[in-house]
Amino acid sequence: MGHTFAEKILAQKAGLAQVVPGQIVEVTPDAALSHDNTAPISRIFGKIGVARVARPDIHVVVLDHACPAPTTKHAQNHKTIREFVAEQGIEHFYDVGRGVCHQVLAEEGFALPGALIVGSDSHTPTAGAFGAFAAGIGRSEMAAIMATARIWLRVPESLKIVVHGRLRDGVTSKDLALHVIGDLGADGGLYQSVEWHGEGVEALDMEARIVIPNLMAEMGAKNGYIPPDDVTLAWLKGRARAPFEPVYPDDDATYARVVEYDAAAIEPVVAKPHTVDNVAPVREVAGTPIDQAFLGTCTNGRLSDLAAAAQVIEGRKVAPGVRLIVIPASSEVYLAALDAGYLRTFVEAGAVVESPGCGPCMGNHLGVPAEGEVSISTANRNFRGRMGTKESDVYLASPLVVVASAIAGQIAHPDDL
Amino acid sequence: MPIKGQVWKYGDDVNTDVIFPGKYTYTVSDPAEMGEHALEDLDPEFRFKVQPGDVIVGGKNFGCGSSREQAVVCLVTKQVGAIIARSFGRIYYRNCINNALPAISCPQAVDALERGDEIEVDLEAGEIRSAKGTFAFPPLPEAVMGIFEAGGLIPYTRKRLGVED
Repeated sequence: MGHTFAEKILAQKAGLAQVVPGQIVEVTPDAALSHDNTAPISRIFGKIGVARVARPDIHVVVLDHACPAPTTKHAQNHKTIREFVAEQGIEHFYDVGRGVCHQVLAEEGFALPGALIVGSDSHTPTAGAFGAFAAGIGRSEMAAIMATARIWLRVPESLKIVVHGRLRDGVTSKDLALHVIGDLGADGGLYQSVEWHGEGVEALDMEARIVIPNLMAEMGAKNGYIPPDDVTLAWLKGRARAPFEPVYPDDDATYARVVEYDAAAIEPVVAKPHTVDNVAPVREVAGTPIDQAFLGTCTNGRLSDLAAAAQVIEGRKVAPGVRLIVIPASSEVYLAALDAGYLRTFVEAGAVVESPGCGPCMGNHLGVPAEGEVSISTANRNFRGRMGTKESDVYLASPLVVVASAIAGQIAHPDDL
Repeated sequence: MPIKGQVWKYGDDVNTDVIFPGKYTYTVSDPAEMGEHALEDLDPEFRFKVQPGDVIVGGKNFGCGSSREQAVVCLVTKQVGAIIARSFGRIYYRNCINNALPAISCPQAVDALERGDEIEVDLEAGEIRSAKGTFAFPPLPEAVMGIFEAGGLIPYTRKRLGVED
């Protein structure tokens, strides 16, 4: 009998011949990712009472959640982290300005096919775009990994999504992922390993693929997986920091559920307030006035996202009274966008371009909405209060829809500008 | 000893942003202060009126969203006795175990219980008892029961590493 991706990789990492869903295994992760929460994690680690981090080489620490520090408290938090990584010999440390942790993990070559990655951030499944098994964990768990280098994982059931055909022009992987979340619900993949297969996925470039596992947390999934292929290998060339061996599911693996979609039937969508599964076609909410548009985050702050948005806004202006905030996902993206002239295009159109990081995504700084205001964002979460005040509405959409809405001053389909 | 208290009932997909808002994640680090923001954006009176032993009852996917552990710690601080839900967000569920806060999947109890109901949760017997009936729930998997019994992941890890108190 064949096995799913999750079953195969967890058996391999646990040193077992095979595992079954529901079984609990103990593993040492290949990479353990944390961000600004490394300060509280270091305090929890201190309570455990061992002097040294067991495996400093597996830890990757990226400052991104509030960077550069907006308040003294945030700055103190960063300072604690700098001291901790220096003291513990954690060399994979990326300071303020390098970018959002999930993007940095990929660019720095940690997100590899066949790698087992855990992160104290719910969007850790992002690395599944490269064929890694990547799951979010809590702070105490990261502290325990610092002490023991070990973590328990329950072998998940698997959900197989097959996307037939190809997305139409102007329809993005964000629309595909939101469409599926809207269809299956916020718990549609609860506790599950969600594998993405089919021509509709294979046809996507690497940056577009990253969006899909990034959004799997919004379906309750443990991890998302896209089988590595030539597109993956080409992207990893010159980036991968270790040799790797891809893991593929068997053709006769057993899935809890298989769901099929026709890519050509998918249209641009938005997730309406206040849940990510509250999905509707863009044209259904077109005309809704907005106060702010946000292009960035670990979901859609990559070069191809900025390129697509720059193309739409070139020669146009942000609507009067509307703010367009642009935050490249990393310093690498920032420089490439600078060289390509996209940042100039944004600023000339009236946008505000800010330094790499999470920005206003979870309400920390760099453009949070006022009470009663409406935002449209390329992020992955629109929960009540997410951007700082519960008295505001957040719509989620693709970079194309977000920038079209910034130009129109209201939610707009790019074809209707 | 069974957990005894009143029910605070909420709906489906209660997310970590409404349990503990993201804007506090790097400005509030004291667990006592975390408790002062518990459920702030979901039920503004909860944090002032909740009593030790009270039980939160939610629908499906309770605790979905961010991995932030403060969304569990703030309830531990308020001495919430247990959370009963149809299902839990997976990181939230792990965080509950790791902070020794009972997280119980029991759809029948969710259907029956309402705000203000007096209930008892007996972890040893695997039973929720109330005027609305008695509901059974399965125990934790044995492999993670040890963490719960040690009082959470940190004491468990100390024990495992043989760190002296």
